[in-house]
Amino acid sequence: MRITGAEALIKSLEMEGVDVIFGYPGGVVLPIYDALYYTKKIRHILVRHEQVAGHAADAYARVTGKPGVCLVTSGPGATNVVTAIANAFMDSVPIVVITGQVATHVLGTDAFQEADITGITLPITKHNYLIKDANQLPLIVRQAFQLAVSGRPGPVLIDIPVDISKAEIDFDYPSDFTIPGYKPTYKGHAKQIKEAAKMIAAAQKPIIYAGGGIIKSQAWDELKELVELLQVPVTTTLMGKGAFPDEHPLSLRMLGMHGTRYANYAIMDSDLILAVGVRFDDRVTGKVSTFAPHAKIIHIDIDPAEIGKNVAVDVPIVGDLKVVLGDLVAAVKKIGEPHADKTRWHELIAGWKEKYPLHYHQNGEIRPEYVVEKISELSKDMDTIVATGVGQNQMWAAQFYSANKPRSFVSSGGLGTMGFGLPAAIGAQVGRPDALVFDIDGDGSFQMVSQDLATVAANKLPIVIAILNNGYLGMVRQWQELFYDKRYSQVDLAVGTPDFVKLADAYGIKGVRVTEVADVEKVLKQAIEDREPILIDFVIAREENVFPMVAPGASIDEMLGGIPGASLSQMIDEGEE
Amino acid sequence: MKHILSVLVENKPGVLARVSGLFSRRGFNIDSLAVGPTEDADISRMTIVVDADDVKLEQITKQLYKLINILKISDLDPSDAVERELVLIKVNAPPNMRPEIVETANIFRANIIDVSKSTLTIEITGTSNKIQALEDLLRPYGIKELVRTGKVALARGKLAEA
Ligand SMILES: Cc1ncc(C[n+]2csc(CCOP(=O)(O)OP(=O)(O)O)c2C)c(N)n1
Ligand SMILES: [Mg+2]
Repeated sequence: MRITGAEALIKSLEMEGVDVIFGYPGGVVLPIYDALYYTKKIRHILVRHEQVAGHAADAYARVTGKPGVCLVTSGPGATNVVTAIANAFMDSVPIVVITGQVATHVLGTDAFQEADITGITLPITKHNYLIKDANQLPLIVRQAFQLAVSGRPGPVLIDIPVDISKAEIDFDYPSDFTIPGYKPTYKGHAKQIKEAAKMIAAAQKPIIYAGGGIIKSQAWDELKELVELLQVPVTTTLMGKGAFPDEHPLSLRMLGMHGTRYANYAIMDSDLILAVGVRFDDRVTGKVSTFAPHAKIIHIDIDPAEIGKNVAVDVPIVGDLKVVLGDLVAAVKKIGEPHADKTRWHELIAGWKEKYPLHYHQNGEIRPEYVVEKISELSKDMDTIVATGVGQNQMWAAQFYSANKPRSFVSSGGLGTMGFGLPAAIGAQVGRPDALVFDIDGDGSFQMVSQDLATVAANKLPIVIAILNNGYLGMVRQWQELFYDKRYSQVDLAVGTPDFVKLADAYGIKGVRVTEVADVEKVLKQAIEDREPILIDFVIAREENVFPMVAPGASIDEMLGGIPGASLSQMIDEGEE
Repeated sequence: MKHILSVLVENKPGVLARVSGLFSRRGFNIDSLAVGPTEDADISRMTIVVDADDVKLEQITKQLYKLINILKISDLDPSDAVERELVLIKVNAPPNMRPEIVETANIFRANIIDVSKSTLTIEITGTSNKIQALEDLLRPYGIKELVRTGKVALARGKLAEA
């Protein structure tokens, strides 16, 4: 069958099971958009900025487990999607980014809207392709999808010159192919697993430190089985939120810079860390040289390069978490009872939990923590997804939203991209139309992408946009308050920020402003019931801070705040014995 | 410590950029890098000399393997590998110095490959030590230009294809 490159692309995407593309057209992708015009199998979501297309594809992938796809034009279209690619790369999210490119015969001549996007994205893609032979197109699409979703997932970019889109080829979708230099390891080393099983069964103060890898590998059941079998406390990273139920008795919730005191104390005091699907990011470890001084470390990850990168590891295991944790559970069962007595460990942790719960002070103004807590409570038994902006709003969401299911919390972890929230909510809602989707956002983050309220409106996406409006670049202000003597340099957004309710209205979206604590619950309840797009502008206490907090460069058991009843001047931690 | 990495890569456009980009963005130092075709037209060999301790070397190797165009990396053991580098040295050679320079070159089994009124260009192949020694001896005459290919190396004997 002779078809054009553009038609072959669409057919290939159909073969990959793609049902939605987030995109934005332009000159060199005209042939692709023309081919798209005829397909009934693929829905196209027209965004208002290419960055949004990228983030939406990213969130779509996170909540569905399927690769997200976005399509943009060359030059400015391609460069606009760069932030989203970097974001997906840092958080290991499988997306396939298709960019148009100028015709092959003018490549390298600074032609109109030419940008070397494969060069630009070299360090932020798992792999990228510039197609120079139209016949290669189906194979390249096939490989791109395979690369994006397998091993450690990540973004793959395909750059398609316009003449390639127009060229005629014989379409034949390859069923069998190899990528010679690509062989991810799925099965863990049996001897190492046995060793790990022995260590964890014998440990008296073990802790599991679980990350986004659990969700990517769909290993949450295996994780839970192991946890319950051995009664090991679990702390999750921001990316791992939902990998283990936040409200499970063995959960220590999030660790790290804004983690709970009990999670940070526990990992620092542990004698064994089972690190699964994590990368010992500096936001988690704090000062590496003082991190978990007594602990032996077992590190399981599919990416061998993550093992030993930031901390030395005692038992490295390369493999897919679902497979390895399954084997580990079996190995632990084989060892049999009795396991080490952990009563004292559990008591110690219970003590910390009681002494240092996550908390906040109600004093008349709306506390952002309260808003998040209400969202969590009211949506508890529903199929809920929370997307977040970046900054304080994100940390409050991470601390006070209880994610009890995987794929229910979507946040920009590694890159910390402001403006991720709304696009992520869009991608999540498109991917899971029946889910109740919140965008818990900051006033600053939201303004980076507010034009895409149009996408929400056009597609009638029933997202609840909850802006925690402090009129500040709050997280930056917090650092300036704590570490720069309150010199608030360029963080006040109050002047110039639009009236969000009117803004929503301008897009034909319902907008509500909440200024009274008493209205928070009522408005949220109504929004959940209505299931239509809504923007809620929560006017919150302006100078609320996120606590606990580990100062940059400090050890993670040296936290500021987070002690109930302690005044701000007593914030500096006296240290825990 | 210096390591010689012998890296087989797919012979595709952009592979060199992927490798060199990886080294620079991760802060790994390259002493030298030589690349060229192998007996298989689809595969090229890069010989990369890096200065790294064991932890860093492990990280370099693992990161390199993540590039899907990389097929095989061998950390050559110097005692079990043959290595060579080719250097061209254009040295000042006024007529009265010439015999001396030629004799020095001969001792090193180096070749004179170009002669001009005031210079000689010498080609030498060998190990780093040998090349360094010749360079040191020629320096007093005034080296006008010098070019090195960077090291190329292969494991000895049977291990060659490993
Ligand atoms: C694109 C981008 N630019 C700058 C930053 C640095 N930054 C981190 S948090 C933050 C403030 C965020 O303000 P807002 O969205 O209002 O959230 P808040 O902290 O007030 O909840 C800034 C500027 C960033 N993370 N991303
Ligand atoms: Mg703010």
